[in-house]
Amino acid sequence: MTRSGMLRTALAAVAAVAPTHVRRADHRPGPPARYGLGRSATAEEIRAVDVTVMPDGTGLPAGSGTAVQGAAIFRQTCARCHGATGVEGPFDRLVGREPRQGFPFGRDESLVRTIGNYWPYSTTVYDYIHRAMPYDAPGSLRPNDVYALVAFLLWRNEIIADTATMDARTLPRVRMPARDRFVNDDRRGGPEVR
Amino acid sequence: MLDRGVLGQAAASPVHPRPLGRSATAVGVRAPGERIQRVVGGALHEISLTPLQDLHGIVTPADLHYERHHAGVAVVDPHQYELLIHGMVDRPTVFDLAALRRFPAVSRFHFLECSGNGESAYRNMRPDQSPQLVDGLTSTSEWTGVSLATLLREVGVHPRATWFLAEGGDAGLMARSIPVEKARDDAMIAYAQNGEALRPEQGYPARLLLPGWEGNTNVKWIRRLEFADRPFMTRDETSKYTDPLSNGTARMFSFVMDAKSIITFPAFPATLTGRGWWDVTGLAWSGRGRITRVDVSTNGGKTWSLAILQQPVLPKCHTRFSFPWNWDGREAVLMSRATDETGYVQPRLAQLRAARGPGTRYHFNDIRAWRVAADGAVTFEVDG
Repeated sequence: MTRSGMLRTALAAVAAVAPTHVRRADHRPGPPARYGLGRSATAEEIRAVDVTVMPDGTGLPAGSGTAVQGAAIFRQTCARCHGATGVEGPFDRLVGREPRQGFPFGRDESLVRTIGNYWPYSTTVYDYIHRAMPYDAPGSLRPNDVYALVAFLLWRNEIIADTATMDARTLPRVRMPARDRFVNDDRRGGPEVR
Repeated sequence: MLDRGVLGQAAASPVHPRPLGRSATAVGVRAPGERIQRVVGGALHEISLTPLQDLHGIVTPADLHYERHHAGVAVVDPHQYELLIHGMVDRPTVFDLAALRRFPAVSRFHFLECSGNGESAYRNMRPDQSPQLVDGLTSTSEWTGVSLATLLREVGVHPRATWFLAEGGDAGLMARSIPVEKARDDAMIAYAQNGEALRPEQGYPARLLLPGWEGNTNVKWIRRLEFADRPFMTRDETSKYTDPLSNGTARMFSFVMDAKSIITFPAFPATLTGRGWWDVTGLAWSGRGRITRVDVSTNGGKTWSLAILQQPVLPKCHTRFSFPWNWDGREAVLMSRATDETGYVQPRLAQLRAARGPGTRYHFNDIRAWRVAADGAVTFEVDG
Protein backbone atom coordinates (compact mmCIF):
# COMPACT_ATOMS: atom_id res chain seq x y z
CA MET A 1 0.00 0.00 0.00
CA THR A 2 1.27 3.50 -0.76
CA ARG A 3 1.94 5.93 2.05
CA SER A 4 -1.03 8.12 1.16
CA GLY A 5 -3.18 5.01 0.89
CA MET A 6 -2.15 3.95 4.38
CA LEU A 7 -2.95 7.41 5.68
CA ARG A 8 -6.39 7.35 4.08
CA THR A 9 -7.11 3.96 5.62
CA ALA A 10 -5.96 5.14 9.03
CA LEU A 11 -8.11 8.26 8.86
CA ALA A 12 -11.10 6.23 7.80
CA ALA A 13 -10.57 3.90 10.74
CA VAL A 14 -10.44 6.82 13.15
CA ALA A 15 -13.56 8.32 11.65
CA ALA A 16 -15.35 4.99 11.96
CA VAL A 17 -14.64 4.48 15.65
CA ALA A 18 -14.57 8.07 16.91
CA PRO A 19 -18.30 8.66 17.38
CA THR A 20 -18.71 5.73 19.72
CA HIS A 21 -15.66 6.67 21.81
CA VAL A 22 -16.01 10.43 22.19
CA ARG A 23 -18.33 11.35 25.02
CA ARG A 24 -19.61 14.84 25.55
CA ALA A 25 -17.74 16.59 28.35
CA ASP A 26 -20.91 17.76 30.07
CA HIS A 27 -20.41 15.53 33.07
CA ARG A 28 -17.15 15.15 34.90
CA PRO A 29 -17.23 13.33 38.21
CA GLY A 30 -15.56 15.25 41.04
CA PRO A 31 -12.44 13.89 42.71
CA PRO A 32 -12.94 11.41 45.53
CA ALA A 33 -12.24 12.52 49.09
CA ARG A 34 -9.30 10.14 48.98
CA TYR A 35 -7.73 7.98 46.30
CA GLY A 36 -6.54 5.39 48.82
CA LEU A 37 -3.02 5.34 47.35
CA GLY A 38 0.24 4.87 49.24
CA ARG A 39 0.71 2.72 52.32
CA SER A 40 0.56 3.49 56.04
CA ALA A 41 3.85 4.58 57.57
CA THR A 42 4.87 2.75 60.73
CA ALA A 43 6.01 4.64 63.81
CA GLU A 44 9.31 2.82 63.55
CA GLU A 45 10.08 3.93 60.00
CA ILE A 46 9.11 7.50 60.85
CA ARG A 47 11.54 7.46 63.80
CA ALA A 48 14.26 6.10 61.53
CA VAL A 49 14.22 9.14 59.21
CA ASP A 50 12.83 11.93 61.40
CA VAL A 51 16.05 13.78 62.22
CA THR A 52 14.52 17.22 62.74
CA VAL A 53 15.41 19.26 65.82
CA MET A 54 13.19 22.22 66.69
CA PRO A 55 14.01 25.37 68.71
CA ASP A 56 12.17 24.02 71.79
CA GLY A 57 14.39 20.93 71.70
CA THR A 58 11.85 18.59 70.13
CA GLY A 59 13.81 15.90 68.31
CA LEU A 60 17.06 16.19 70.27
CA PRO A 61 18.40 12.72 71.01
CA ALA A 62 19.92 11.31 74.20
CA GLY A 63 23.61 12.03 74.66
CA SER A 64 25.81 14.93 75.71
CA GLY A 65 29.12 16.67 75.06
CA THR A 66 31.43 19.44 76.24
CA ALA A 67 33.66 21.98 74.54
CA VAL A 68 36.79 20.09 75.55
CA GLN A 69 35.53 16.93 73.87
CA GLY A 70 34.37 18.99 70.91
CA ALA A 71 37.77 20.61 70.41
CA ALA A 72 39.34 17.25 69.61
CA ILE A 73 36.59 16.28 67.17
CA PHE A 74 36.72 19.71 65.54
CA ARG A 75 40.46 19.43 64.98
CA GLN A 76 40.07 16.04 63.38
CA THR A 77 36.86 16.50 61.40
CA CYS A 78 36.13 20.17 60.77
CA ALA A 79 39.35 22.21 60.86
CA ARG A 80 40.47 21.43 57.31
CA CYS A 81 37.46 23.34 55.97
CA HIS A 82 36.68 25.82 58.75
CA GLY A 83 40.20 26.54 60.07
CA ALA A 84 41.98 25.55 63.26
CA THR A 85 39.84 27.84 65.43
CA GLY A 86 36.74 28.09 63.24
CA VAL A 87 37.82 31.46 61.87
CA GLU A 88 40.40 30.79 59.19
CA GLY A 89 38.40 28.96 56.52
CA PRO A 90 38.80 28.26 53.63
CA PHE A 91 35.04 27.57 53.91
CA ASP A 92 32.40 29.19 56.12
CA ARG A 93 33.70 31.08 59.14
CA LEU A 94 31.91 29.69 62.19
CA VAL A 95 33.37 31.77 64.99
CA GLY A 96 33.22 35.51 65.69
CA ARG A 97 31.02 37.81 67.73
CA GLU A 98 31.88 41.07 66.00
CA PRO A 99 30.04 43.28 65.33
CA ARG A 100 28.45 43.09 68.77
CA GLN A 101 26.18 46.13 68.36
CA GLY A 102 23.43 47.00 65.97
CA PHE A 103 23.40 43.92 63.70
CA PRO A 104 24.61 46.08 60.77
CA PHE A 105 24.83 43.29 58.17
CA GLY A 106 22.50 45.09 55.78
CA ARG A 107 24.54 48.27 55.92
CA ASP A 108 28.01 46.74 55.63
CA GLU A 109 28.68 44.18 52.91
CA SER A 110 32.12 43.31 54.30
CA LEU A 111 30.73 41.63 57.44
CA VAL A 112 30.92 37.85 57.70
CA ARG A 113 28.02 35.98 59.26
CA THR A 114 28.98 33.46 61.94
CA ILE A 115 27.19 31.26 64.46
CA GLY A 116 28.00 33.82 67.16
CA ASN A 117 26.86 36.94 65.38
CA TYR A 118 24.04 35.71 63.13
CA TRP A 119 22.46 32.33 64.03
CA PRO A 120 19.20 32.90 65.99
CA TYR A 121 18.70 29.38 67.45
CA SER A 122 21.18 27.12 69.25
CA THR A 123 19.23 24.01 68.24
CA THR A 124 19.87 24.79 64.58
CA VAL A 125 23.58 24.19 65.15
CA TYR A 126 22.82 20.65 66.29
CA ASP A 127 20.29 20.03 63.51
CA TYR A 128 22.61 21.24 60.78
CA ILE A 129 25.79 19.48 61.91
CA HIS A 130 23.88 16.24 62.38
CA ARG A 131 22.10 16.66 59.03
CA ALA A 132 24.80 17.93 56.74
CA MET A 133 28.30 17.83 58.24
CA PRO A 134 31.06 17.02 57.62
CA TYR A 135 30.45 18.04 54.03
CA ASP A 136 32.03 14.94 52.50
CA ALA A 137 30.53 12.45 54.99
CA PRO A 138 27.29 13.72 56.54
CA GLY A 139 25.63 11.21 58.85
CA SER A 140 28.94 9.94 60.21
CA LEU A 141 28.74 11.77 63.55
CA ARG A 142 27.09 10.21 66.63
CA PRO A 143 24.89 12.29 68.98
CA ASN A 144 27.70 12.64 71.56
CA ASP A 145 30.03 13.95 68.82
CA VAL A 146 27.44 16.46 67.66
CA TYR A 147 26.68 17.70 71.18
CA ALA A 148 30.42 18.10 71.77
CA LEU A 149 30.91 20.06 68.53
CA VAL A 150 27.94 22.27 69.36
CA ALA A 151 29.41 22.91 72.82
CA PHE A 152 32.80 23.73 71.30
CA LEU A 153 31.34 26.16 68.76
CA LEU A 154 29.08 27.89 71.30
CA TRP A 155 32.05 28.23 73.67
CA ARG A 156 34.33 29.57 70.93
CA ASN A 157 31.61 32.13 70.16
CA GLU A 158 31.57 33.21 73.84
CA ILE A 159 28.00 32.06 74.33
CA ILE A 160 28.51 29.25 76.90
CA ALA A 161 31.27 28.42 79.41
CA ASP A 162 33.94 25.91 78.49
CA THR A 163 32.67 23.68 81.30
CA ALA A 164 29.04 23.60 80.14
CA THR A 165 27.58 20.28 79.05
CA MET A 166 25.24 20.34 76.07
CA ASP A 167 22.39 17.84 75.98
CA ALA A 168 18.68 17.67 75.12
CA ARG A 169 17.83 19.69 78.26
CA THR A 170 20.53 22.38 78.22
CA LEU A 171 20.94 23.15 74.53
CA PRO A 172 17.44 24.61 73.87
CA ARG A 173 17.97 26.98 76.83
CA VAL A 174 21.01 28.59 75.23
CA ARG A 175 19.97 32.00 73.99
CA MET A 176 21.77 33.18 70.89
CA PRO A 177 22.96 36.80 70.49
CA ALA A 178 21.05 37.28 67.21
CA ARG A 179 17.82 35.75 68.54
CA ASP A 180 15.64 38.86 68.15
CA ARG A 181 17.10 40.22 64.94
CA PHE A 182 14.85 38.39 62.47
CA VAL A 183 11.61 39.72 61.02
CA ASN A 184 9.05 38.14 58.74
CA ASP A 185 8.95 39.01 55.06
CA ASP A 186 6.86 42.15 54.56
CA ARG A 187 7.00 42.25 50.77
CA ARG A 188 3.49 41.98 49.35
CA GLY A 189 3.79 42.93 45.69
CA GLY A 190 2.14 46.12 44.53
CA PRO A 191 3.92 49.38 43.79
CA GLU A 192 6.09 49.61 46.91
CA VAL A 193 9.68 48.36 46.69
CA ARG A 194 10.70 46.72 49.97
CA MET B 1 19.88 10.69 -13.03
CA LEU B 2 23.45 9.55 -13.63
CA ASP B 3 22.42 7.86 -16.86
CA ARG B 4 21.32 11.15 -18.27
CA GLY B 5 24.80 12.52 -17.66
CA VAL B 6 26.39 9.51 -19.27
CA LEU B 7 24.13 9.85 -22.28
CA GLY B 8 25.34 13.41 -22.61
CA GLN B 9 21.84 14.88 -22.84
CA ALA B 10 22.69 17.51 -20.22
CA ALA B 11 26.41 17.66 -20.69
CA ALA B 12 26.40 21.44 -20.61
CA SER B 13 24.89 21.63 -17.12
CA PRO B 14 26.94 19.92 -14.37
CA VAL B 15 25.14 17.65 -11.91
CA HIS B 16 25.14 18.20 -8.12
CA PRO B 17 24.29 14.92 -6.47
CA ARG B 18 23.07 15.39 -2.89
CA PRO B 19 24.40 12.99 -0.26
CA LEU B 20 21.78 10.88 1.45
CA GLY B 21 21.10 11.99 5.03
CA ARG B 22 21.91 9.75 7.96
CA SER B 23 19.46 7.27 9.42
CA ALA B 24 17.08 7.88 12.27
CA THR B 25 18.50 7.49 15.78
CA ALA B 26 17.00 6.43 19.09
CA VAL B 27 18.07 9.64 20.83
CA GLY B 28 18.81 12.89 19.02
CA VAL B 29 21.74 15.20 19.60
CA ARG B 30 22.28 18.89 18.90
CA ALA B 31 23.65 20.04 15.58
CA PRO B 32 27.45 19.88 15.66
CA GLY B 33 27.93 23.65 15.69
CA GLU B 34 25.47 24.28 18.53
CA ARG B 35 27.80 24.23 21.50
CA ILE B 36 25.53 25.76 24.11
CA GLN B 37 26.66 24.95 27.60
CA ARG B 38 26.14 25.71 31.24
CA VAL B 39 28.99 27.44 33.06
CA VAL B 40 29.98 25.55 36.21
CA GLY B 41 30.97 27.66 39.19
CA GLY B 42 31.37 27.80 42.94
CA ALA B 43 34.29 26.68 45.09
CA LEU B 44 32.69 23.24 45.39
CA HIS B 45 31.27 23.22 41.84
CA GLU B 46 27.85 23.52 43.43
CA ILE B 47 26.32 25.74 40.76
CA SER B 48 25.94 25.85 37.00
CA LEU B 49 24.39 28.66 34.99
CA THR B 50 21.95 28.53 32.08
CA PRO B 51 23.22 30.14 28.82
CA LEU B 52 20.39 32.68 28.64
CA GLN B 53 21.97 34.52 25.69
CA ASP B 54 21.85 31.37 23.54
CA LEU B 55 18.20 30.42 24.11
CA HIS B 56 14.94 31.37 22.37
CA GLY B 57 11.35 31.39 23.54
CA ILE B 58 10.78 30.57 27.20
CA VAL B 59 11.59 26.88 27.72
CA THR B 60 15.04 25.90 28.96
CA PRO B 61 16.31 22.60 27.54
CA ALA B 62 16.38 20.25 30.53
CA ASP B 63 20.09 19.54 30.19
CA LEU B 64 20.80 23.27 30.40
CA HIS B 65 18.60 24.00 33.43
CA TYR B 66 20.66 25.79 36.06
CA GLU B 67 21.93 23.84 39.07
CA ARG B 68 22.41 24.69 42.72
CA HIS B 69 23.22 21.80 45.02
CA HIS B 70 23.94 21.88 48.73
CA ALA B 71 25.50 18.42 48.95
CA GLY B 72 26.08 17.33 45.36
CA VAL B 73 23.75 15.55 42.94
CA ALA B 74 22.09 12.70 44.80
CA VAL B 75 21.75 9.27 43.18
CA VAL B 76 18.32 7.90 44.03
CA ASP B 77 17.09 4.50 42.79
CA PRO B 78 13.57 5.13 41.47
CA HIS B 79 12.54 1.64 42.56
CA GLN B 80 13.63 2.36 46.13
CA TYR B 81 12.29 5.92 46.16
CA GLU B 82 9.71 6.78 48.85
CA LEU B 83 8.07 9.99 50.00
CA LEU B 84 6.99 9.96 53.67
CA ILE B 85 4.30 12.39 54.83
CA HIS B 86 3.81 12.54 58.60
CA GLY B 87 3.55 14.82 61.64
CA MET B 88 0.19 16.57 62.14
CA VAL B 89 -1.72 14.32 59.75
CA ASP B 90 -4.46 11.71 60.29
CA ARG B 91 -2.76 9.05 58.19
CA PRO B 92 1.05 9.04 58.04
CA THR B 93 1.67 7.65 54.57
CA VAL B 94 4.48 6.47 52.34
CA PHE B 95 4.15 7.01 48.58
CA ASP B 96 6.42 5.30 46.11
CA LEU B 97 6.88 6.68 42.60
CA ALA B 98 4.22 4.38 41.14
CA ALA B 99 1.71 5.62 43.71
CA LEU B 100 2.51 9.27 42.98
CA ARG B 101 1.94 8.65 39.27
CA ARG B 102 -1.51 7.15 39.92
CA PHE B 103 -2.83 10.52 41.11
CA PRO B 104 -4.25 12.90 38.51
CA ALA B 105 -1.24 14.62 36.95
CA VAL B 106 -0.91 18.36 36.55
CA SER B 107 1.49 20.04 34.11
CA ARG B 108 2.47 23.69 34.31
CA PHE B 109 5.21 25.95 32.99
CA HIS B 110 7.12 27.72 35.76
CA PHE B 111 10.46 29.42 36.22
CA LEU B 112 12.87 28.50 38.97
CA GLU B 113 15.40 31.01 40.22
CA CYS B 114 18.12 30.80 42.83
CA SER B 115 17.51 33.54 45.39
CA GLY B 116 21.15 34.62 44.99
CA ASN B 117 20.77 35.06 41.24
CA GLY B 118 21.99 38.36 39.88
CA GLU B 119 24.24 39.45 42.71
CA SER B 120 26.50 40.78 39.92
CA ALA B 121 23.87 43.37 39.15
CA TYR B 122 23.98 44.56 42.77
CA ARG B 123 27.65 44.80 43.57
CA ASN B 124 29.92 43.36 40.86
CA MET B 125 30.16 45.93 38.08
CA ARG B 126 32.49 43.98 35.79
CA PRO B 127 31.58 44.86 32.19
CA ASP B 128 32.62 41.56 30.60
CA GLN B 129 29.71 39.50 31.92
CA SER B 130 27.18 37.71 29.73
CA PRO B 131 23.51 37.22 30.68
CA GLN B 132 24.56 33.70 31.68
CA LEU B 133 27.06 35.02 34.23
CA VAL B 134 24.82 37.83 35.46
CA ASP B 135 21.51 35.95 35.77
CA GLY B 136 22.01 32.34 34.65
CA LEU B 137 20.59 30.89 37.86
CA THR B 138 17.09 30.89 36.42
CA SER B 139 15.38 28.53 33.97
CA THR B 140 11.89 27.59 32.87
CA SER B 141 10.43 24.12 32.37
CA GLU B 142 7.12 22.41 31.98
CA TRP B 143 6.78 20.52 35.25
CA THR B 144 4.48 17.54 35.68
CA GLY B 145 3.51 15.93 38.94
CA VAL B 146 0.81 15.58 41.56
CA SER B 147 -0.73 18.60 43.22
CA LEU B 148 0.36 18.83 46.84
CA ALA B 149 -3.20 19.81 47.80
CA THR B 150 -4.27 16.36 46.57
CA LEU B 151 -1.68 14.68 48.79
CA LEU B 152 -2.76 16.83 51.77
CA ARG B 153 -6.30 15.52 51.43
CA GLU B 154 -4.98 12.00 51.03
CA VAL B 155 -3.13 12.05 54.37
CA GLY B 156 -5.64 14.27 56.22
CA VAL B 157 -3.55 17.25 57.32
CA HIS B 158 -4.77 18.66 60.65
CA PRO B 159 -6.50 22.05 60.47
CA ARG B 160 -4.03 23.40 63.04
CA ALA B 161 -0.97 22.48 60.95
CA THR B 162 0.48 25.72 59.58
CA TRP B 163 3.93 24.67 58.35
CA PHE B 164 5.62 21.62 56.92
CA LEU B 165 9.23 20.63 56.66
CA ALA B 166 10.36 19.67 53.16
CA GLU B 167 13.40 17.42 53.34
CA GLY B 168 15.53 16.14 50.47
CA GLY B 169 17.29 12.84 50.11
CA ASP B 170 20.64 14.40 49.22
CA ALA B 171 23.66 13.79 51.43
CA GLY B 172 22.98 16.96 53.45
CA LEU B 173 19.22 16.31 53.80
CA MET B 174 18.34 19.80 52.54
CA ALA B 175 15.47 21.08 54.69
CA ARG B 176 13.13 24.08 54.53
CA SER B 177 9.95 24.99 56.42
CA ILE B 178 7.06 25.88 54.10
CA PRO B 179 3.69 27.42 55.04
CA VAL B 180 0.80 24.99 54.51
CA GLU B 181 -1.13 27.64 52.58
CA LYS B 182 1.41 27.32 49.74
CA ALA B 183 0.74 23.58 49.67
CA ARG B 184 -2.99 24.26 49.33
CA ASP B 185 -2.36 26.87 46.62
CA ASP B 186 -0.15 25.72 43.74
CA ALA B 187 2.63 23.46 45.08
CA MET B 188 3.30 20.10 43.51
CA ILE B 189 5.46 17.04 43.81
CA ALA B 190 7.00 17.04 40.33
CA TYR B 191 8.35 13.90 38.70
CA ALA B 192 8.72 15.13 35.13
CA GLN B 193 10.30 18.06 33.34
CA ASN B 194 9.72 19.03 29.71
CA GLY B 195 7.96 15.76 28.97
CA GLU B 196 10.40 13.27 30.51
CA ALA B 197 11.54 12.19 33.95
CA LEU B 198 13.34 14.84 35.99
CA ARG B 199 17.05 15.22 35.36
CA PRO B 200 19.19 13.84 38.22
CA GLU B 201 20.40 17.36 38.99
CA GLN B 202 16.79 18.55 39.21
CA GLY B 203 15.86 16.05 41.90
CA TYR B 204 15.21 12.73 40.15
CA PRO B 205 12.91 10.99 40.72
CA ALA B 206 10.78 13.65 42.48
CA ARG B 207 11.09 17.18 43.82
CA LEU B 208 8.96 19.78 45.53
CA LEU B 209 7.89 22.58 43.21
CA LEU B 210 6.76 25.87 44.75
CA PRO B 211 5.93 28.14 41.80
CA GLY B 212 7.45 31.61 42.11
CA TRP B 213 9.39 30.86 45.30
CA GLU B 214 13.15 31.00 45.74
CA GLY B 215 14.92 28.01 44.24
CA ASN B 216 16.23 26.35 47.39
CA THR B 217 12.70 25.89 48.80
CA ASN B 218 11.89 23.68 45.79
CA VAL B 219 13.56 20.79 47.59
CA LYS B 220 15.01 18.16 45.26
CA TRP B 221 15.07 14.38 45.79
CA ILE B 222 12.16 15.06 48.16
CA ARG B 223 11.91 12.28 50.73
CA ARG B 224 9.88 13.63 53.65
CA LEU B 225 7.16 16.17 54.49
CA GLU B 226 6.56 16.72 58.21
CA PHE B 227 3.56 18.84 59.21
CA ALA B 228 3.69 21.00 62.34
CA ASP B 229 2.15 24.12 63.91
CA ARG B 230 5.34 26.19 63.67
CA PRO B 231 8.45 26.48 61.49
CA PHE B 232 11.46 24.28 62.19
CA MET B 233 14.17 26.96 61.92
CA THR B 234 16.64 24.97 59.84
CA ARG B 235 20.04 26.39 58.95
CA ASP B 236 18.92 27.30 55.43
CA GLU B 237 16.06 29.50 56.71
CA THR B 238 17.98 31.17 59.55
CA SER B 239 21.69 31.63 58.93
CA LYS B 240 21.65 31.12 55.16
CA TYR B 241 18.71 32.31 53.05
CA THR B 242 17.78 35.39 55.08
CA ASP B 243 18.14 38.97 53.89
CA PRO B 244 19.88 41.47 56.19
CA LEU B 245 18.29 44.91 55.96
CA SER B 246 19.77 48.32 56.62
CA ASN B 247 17.64 48.82 59.75
CA GLY B 248 19.51 46.21 61.80
CA THR B 249 17.16 43.30 61.15
CA ALA B 250 17.17 40.40 58.72
CA ARG B 251 14.18 39.28 56.72
CA MET B 252 13.37 35.58 57.02
CA PHE B 253 11.06 33.33 54.99
CA SER B 254 11.48 35.71 52.04
CA PHE B 255 10.04 33.15 49.66
CA VAL B 256 8.67 35.04 46.66
CA MET B 257 10.91 36.11 43.79
CA ASP B 258 9.92 39.67 42.82
CA ALA B 259 9.42 40.80 39.22
CA LYS B 260 12.58 41.03 37.19
CA SER B 261 13.83 41.08 33.61
CA ILE B 262 17.05 40.95 31.64
CA ILE B 263 17.83 41.68 28.00
CA THR B 264 19.51 38.60 26.55
CA PHE B 265 20.29 40.22 23.16
CA PRO B 266 22.14 42.41 22.48
CA ALA B 267 24.31 41.59 25.47
CA PHE B 268 27.96 40.79 26.13
CA PRO B 269 29.71 39.12 24.31
CA ALA B 270 27.55 39.90 21.25
CA THR B 271 28.49 42.67 18.80
CA LEU B 272 26.08 44.58 16.59
CA THR B 273 27.55 44.37 13.09
CA GLY B 274 25.92 47.52 11.78
CA ARG B 275 23.26 50.15 12.17
CA GLY B 276 19.64 49.38 11.32
CA TRP B 277 16.97 47.14 12.76
CA TRP B 278 17.78 44.74 15.59
CA ASP B 279 15.49 42.69 17.82
CA VAL B 280 16.16 43.64 21.44
CA THR B 281 14.89 40.58 23.30
CA GLY B 282 14.99 39.09 26.76
CA LEU B 283 13.10 37.41 29.58
CA ALA B 284 10.83 38.81 32.27
CA TRP B 285 9.27 36.95 35.20
CA SER B 286 7.57 37.40 38.54
CA GLY B 287 6.97 35.03 41.43
CA ARG B 288 3.69 36.81 42.14
CA GLY B 289 1.89 36.06 38.88
CA ARG B 290 1.87 37.21 35.28
CA ILE B 291 4.08 39.81 33.69
CA THR B 292 1.76 42.56 32.44
CA ARG B 293 4.27 44.77 30.65
CA VAL B 294 7.93 45.20 29.87
CA ASP B 295 9.37 48.58 29.00
CA VAL B 296 12.66 49.02 27.19
CA SER B 297 14.93 52.05 27.27
CA THR B 298 17.70 52.67 24.75
CA ASN B 299 19.01 55.82 26.48
CA GLY B 300 19.90 54.60 29.96
CA GLY B 301 16.43 55.03 31.45
CA LYS B 302 15.66 58.58 30.29
CA THR B 303 12.71 57.42 28.21
CA TRP B 304 10.93 54.07 28.00
CA SER B 305 8.92 52.31 25.29
CA LEU B 306 6.61 49.34 25.50
CA ALA B 307 8.05 46.00 24.41
CA ILE B 308 6.05 43.21 22.76
CA LEU B 309 5.23 40.30 25.06
CA GLN B 310 5.44 37.05 23.15
CA GLN B 311 2.76 34.47 23.84
CA PRO B 312 2.30 32.56 26.00
CA VAL B 313 2.33 34.91 29.00
CA LEU B 314 1.96 32.54 31.94
CA PRO B 315 1.91 33.19 35.69
CA LYS B 316 5.19 32.60 37.54
CA CYS B 317 6.91 31.76 34.28
CA HIS B 318 9.53 33.31 32.05
CA THR B 319 7.91 35.63 29.51
CA ARG B 320 9.80 36.48 26.30
CA PHE B 321 9.78 40.12 25.26
CA SER B 322 10.82 41.71 22.02
CA PHE B 323 11.59 45.30 21.07
CA PRO B 324 12.40 46.14 17.44
CA TRP B 325 15.13 48.79 17.56
CA ASN B 326 16.48 50.87 14.70
CA TRP B 327 20.06 51.50 15.85
CA ASP B 328 21.54 54.73 14.57
CA GLY B 329 25.13 53.59 15.18
CA ARG B 330 25.67 55.86 18.20
CA GLU B 331 26.44 54.75 21.75
CA ALA B 332 23.35 53.56 23.59
CA VAL B 333 22.45 52.07 26.99
CA LEU B 334 19.74 49.40 26.85
CA MET B 335 17.55 48.54 29.85
CA SER B 336 14.42 46.50 30.45
CA ARG B 337 11.86 47.02 33.19
CA ALA B 338 9.23 44.42 34.12
CA THR B 339 5.82 45.06 35.69
CA ASP B 340 3.71 42.25 37.16
CA GLU B 341 -0.01 41.84 37.76
CA THR B 342 0.23 43.16 41.33
CA GLY B 343 1.45 46.49 39.95
CA TYR B 344 5.01 45.90 41.14
CA VAL B 345 7.59 47.58 38.91
CA GLN B 346 11.17 46.28 38.71
CA PRO B 347 13.21 48.86 40.65
CA ARG B 348 16.32 50.80 39.74
CA LEU B 349 19.48 49.85 41.63
CA ALA B 350 19.31 52.98 43.78
CA GLN B 351 15.72 52.18 44.81
CA LEU B 352 16.58 48.63 45.81
CA ARG B 353 19.70 49.67 47.70
CA ALA B 354 17.68 52.28 49.58
CA ALA B 355 15.11 49.66 50.56
CA ARG B 356 17.55 46.89 51.51
CA GLY B 357 21.00 48.30 52.20
CA PRO B 358 24.27 47.59 50.37
CA GLY B 359 25.06 44.51 52.49
CA THR B 360 21.80 42.64 51.90
CA ARG B 361 21.84 39.12 50.47
CA TYR B 362 19.55 37.48 47.90
CA HIS B 363 16.65 38.76 45.80
CA PHE B 364 18.65 41.07 43.53
CA ASN B 365 16.01 42.11 40.99
CA ASP B 366 17.19 45.61 40.13
CA ILE B 367 17.21 46.81 36.50
CA ARG B 368 20.13 45.55 34.39
CA ALA B 369 21.75 47.58 31.63
CA TRP B 370 23.88 46.92 28.53
CA ARG B 371 26.07 49.57 26.94
CA VAL B 372 26.27 49.43 23.14
CA ALA B 373 29.42 51.18 21.91
CA ALA B 374 29.58 52.97 18.57
CA ASP B 375 31.56 50.02 17.18
CA GLY B 376 28.72 47.67 18.16
CA ALA B 377 30.47 46.03 21.14
CA VAL B 378 28.13 45.36 24.06
CA THR B 379 29.13 45.34 27.73
CA PHE B 380 27.31 44.77 31.03
CA GLU B 381 26.55 47.74 33.17
CA VAL B 382 24.62 48.18 36.37
CA ASP B 383 21.64 50.42 35.84
CA GLY B 384 23.40 52.97 33.68
